[in-house]
Amino acid sequence: MGGGLLHDWAQQIGPLAQGLWVSARLAVVGLAVGLPLGLLLAIGVGSKGRSLRWACVGIVEIARGTPMLVVLQLVYFGLPQVNITLSSFVAAVVSIAVITAAYTSEIFRSGLAAVPHGQQDAARALGLRTADRLRYVIVPQGIRIAIPPLLNFAILIFQGTSLAFTIAVPELMAQAYGIGASTFLYMQVLSLAGLMYAAITLPSAAGVRLLEKRLGRHVAAAA
Amino acid sequence: MSDSNGWDQFGDLVGGIPLTLELTVASFAIGAVVGVPLVLARRSQFRLTRGLAVMIIDLARGIPMITWLFVIYFALPQAGIRFSQFAAAVLGLGLLTAAMMAEIYRAGIAAVPKGQWEAGRTLGLSERRLFLDVAVPQAARVAIPPTATLLIGLLKDTAIASTLGVAEITYRAQIAAQNTYKGLTIFALAAGLYIVLSLPVAALSRWLDRWLHQKWTVA
Repeated sequence: MGGGLLHDWAQQIGPLAQGLWVSARLAVVGLAVGLPLGLLLAIGVGSKGRSLRWACVGIVEIARGTPMLVVLQLVYFGLPQVNITLSSFVAAVVSIAVITAAYTSEIFRSGLAAVPHGQQDAARALGLRTADRLRYVIVPQGIRIAIPPLLNFAILIFQGTSLAFTIAVPELMAQAYGIGASTFLYMQVLSLAGLMYAAITLPSAAGVRLLEKRLGRHVAAAA
Repeated sequence: MSDSNGWDQFGDLVGGIPLTLELTVASFAIGAVVGVPLVLARRSQFRLTRGLAVMIIDLARGIPMITWLFVIYFALPQAGIRFSQFAAAVLGLGLLTAAMMAEIYRAGIAAVPKGQWEAGRTLGLSERRLFLDVAVPQAARVAIPPTATLLIGLLKDTAIASTLGVAEITYRAQIAAQNTYKGLTIFALAAGLYIVLSLPVAALSRWLDRWLHQKWTVA
C-alpha cells in the first residue's frame, strides 16, 4: 500500500472509469425513456378531461414526493412481490425514468404555458385540430423554452445515478466503495470518484449557464 | 416467513419518523447557519475569498450527496476524524444544504433593488445597518419559497442516511422488506410517509408565500 496519491489514483482510475461509463449509460437511457413520458404527463396534466388530468397529477405528485432512493428500492426489491423481477440495471433505468417523467413534466408544463397565447389562438383560427395544434405549434416552442431547465435536471439525474449503488449496479459509486472496502484507501478512491463526478457536472452546469445567457439575449433582442 | 401482509411493519416504519425529522432539522439548521458566511465570502471584495467560496459551493453541488456522506463516514477516519453514523449524515447533508442556502441567500440579496442601497447610504446608514435592516428583510421575502422547496428536498434526501445505517424510515423499510418479502407494500408505505411528512412544509410555504405577497408587495 501507499506510494503517494497519484500512484493510488493510477491504480484506481481503470475500474472507476468503467463505473463512470455505467453511470453515464444509466443516465442516458433513463432520460431517454423518461423525457417523452414527462412530456406526455405534462400534456395530460393540462388536458380538459378531468379523470385524465387527475390521474396525471396524482402520478406526478406521488413520484415527486418520494425519495429517489425509495423508488429504486421499491422497483428492485418491491416488484418481485408481484412477480416482476428486474435486473439491477433495468430496475435503475425504470426508477430514473419514473423520476425523470415526474419532474420534467413540471418543466415541460411551464414551457408549454410560456408559449404566447396568440399562438394557440392563431393555430385555432387556422382550423388546426387539437393534436395538430400541440404537435406543430405549441410543443415545438414549449420544448425550446424548457431546454435549459431540462439540461440542469439531466445533470442532477447523472448525480442521482450514484444511488443505484444501493441496488448493486456497478456504477461509479459502487466501484469506488468496492475498492475502498478492499484496500481501505477510502480517502484516495472516494476523492477520485468525487472529482470524476465534478469533472462532468461542473463543465456541464457552466455550459447550461452559457446557453441560458445566449437564449436570454435572443429573447431580449426579439422583445 | 410470516403471513404478514406488510401492514404489521407499518409501526416499525413510523418508528423511523423521529430520526428522519431529526436529520432534516439538524442538517437544515447547519445549512442555514453555515450558508451565511458562505454567501458573505461569495460577495466579498477579495478575489481569493470569493473564488474559495465559489469552489466550495460548486464542489458541494457538483458531487453526489452519497459520495460526500461516504467521504465523511469512511474516509475521514483515515485522518483520525471519526463521526457516528448520525453525525456523519447530518454533517454531509448540512454542508450541501449550506451550499444551496448560500445560493438562495445570494439570489435574495440580488433581488433587493439598487435604489434601496442608494437610499440607505444617502440616509447615512452604516453598511452594517444597511445590510441588516434594509437588505435582509427584503431578501428574506424572496428567499422563503425556494427555502421551502429545499426543505422538502432535504426531507427526501435524508433517505440517503440509510446507506450509513442510520435507522430512519428508509433503513427500516429495507430491513422490513428483507424480513418479510413484502417489499412493494413496505416501500409504498415508506413513500407515503415521506409524502405525508412533506405536506405541512408545502402548506406552510404556500401560506407564507400568499401572506407575504399580500402584505409586502412592493411597487
